[in-house]
Amino acid sequence: MVLALLVLALVAAALMLPIAVRTVRSRTDRRRARWSRRRAERRELRDPGRERRAEQRARELLRSCVNDEEWAMYRDLGFIRVLGRLQAEGPHGLSAPRRRFRGGAPSSEASRGPARTGAEGERQAGYAYLIYPHKPIVAYVPRTGRLLSEYCVEFPELAGAISHSRLPDSDDVLAKWMALTADERRLINESNMHLPGRQIDPARVRRDLWRLREWERLRRGPDAPVAPGR
Amino acid sequence: MMPGHGEVLIAEGDPRLSEDEERLIAEFRRQLDEGMWAAVPTTRPGSGRRQALLVKAYQDVPASADRVIFFPRAAGG
Repeated sequence: MVLALLVLALVAAALMLPIAVRTVRSRTDRRRARWSRRRAERRELRDPGRERRAEQRARELLRSCVNDEEWAMYRDLGFIRVLGRLQAEGPHGLSAPRRRFRGGAPSSEASRGPARTGAEGERQAGYAYLIYPHKPIVAYVPRTGRLLSEYCVEFPELAGAISHSRLPDSDDVLAKWMALTADERRLINESNMHLPGRQIDPARVRRDLWRLREWERLRRGPDAPVAPGR
Repeated sequence: MMPGHGEVLIAEGDPRLSEDEERLIAEFRRQLDEGMWAAVPTTRPGSGRRQALLVKAYQDVPASADRVIFFPRAAGG
């Protein structure tokens, strides 16, 4: 009788063994994952300046790539203006004949792109963009200040999706600047276009355009004439 | 460019040396295979304005370029 019970106990233990091993193994794995997450969090806490250093490196890279005026603009105002170069058509098919009727630059001049930089170039350009960090690109008409569209574009990376971090602000601006100056049409086509006001307050953009005009006026000199209509 | 870290040096070398060039080409291809865009900061002839040039092959990198910047591919936000 006792022998039979012992045999039964052994058989039951043998049958339970794989289940017990799986249970112990899964608990061990969960504990290891928890420990590694805590170690990673402690590393992050020991290095609170990582993001600040990353932004500093990003600013230096941006400064080395863009024009001096654009860097000064970003440093002082927090955004960069890029003149549109799709002069004959505009960012979304605004044709040259219509632009002539509206007083825009003739197509022959327009096809060469903006002839000058700064305020003079802006006056000659049919449209321009404002590049903000981690915000949509805003297209506008320099002569009138009319806001045209918002172009929502991101630069996602799988690693960023996992670690819940994003490019430093200056890297985001640089990526947009490079994509815009290298292939404006492609970037516009890749982005999601919205009417002004979708993500950025139009009042804020108009205020930034006013700040930009004042900033350029101060750079030209306080005695420089103010353009009509401004 | 890497989220949370900013600019990270991936590889460097002298393209005139065959060993370095092979390493640079391999790294260039690896970055593009991972879905990154490659851009070279350049200067527009005539106006002197700085701009970027997107390159899809190592051979397209201008000989005068001193760096290639890889950044994530643009997508609608």
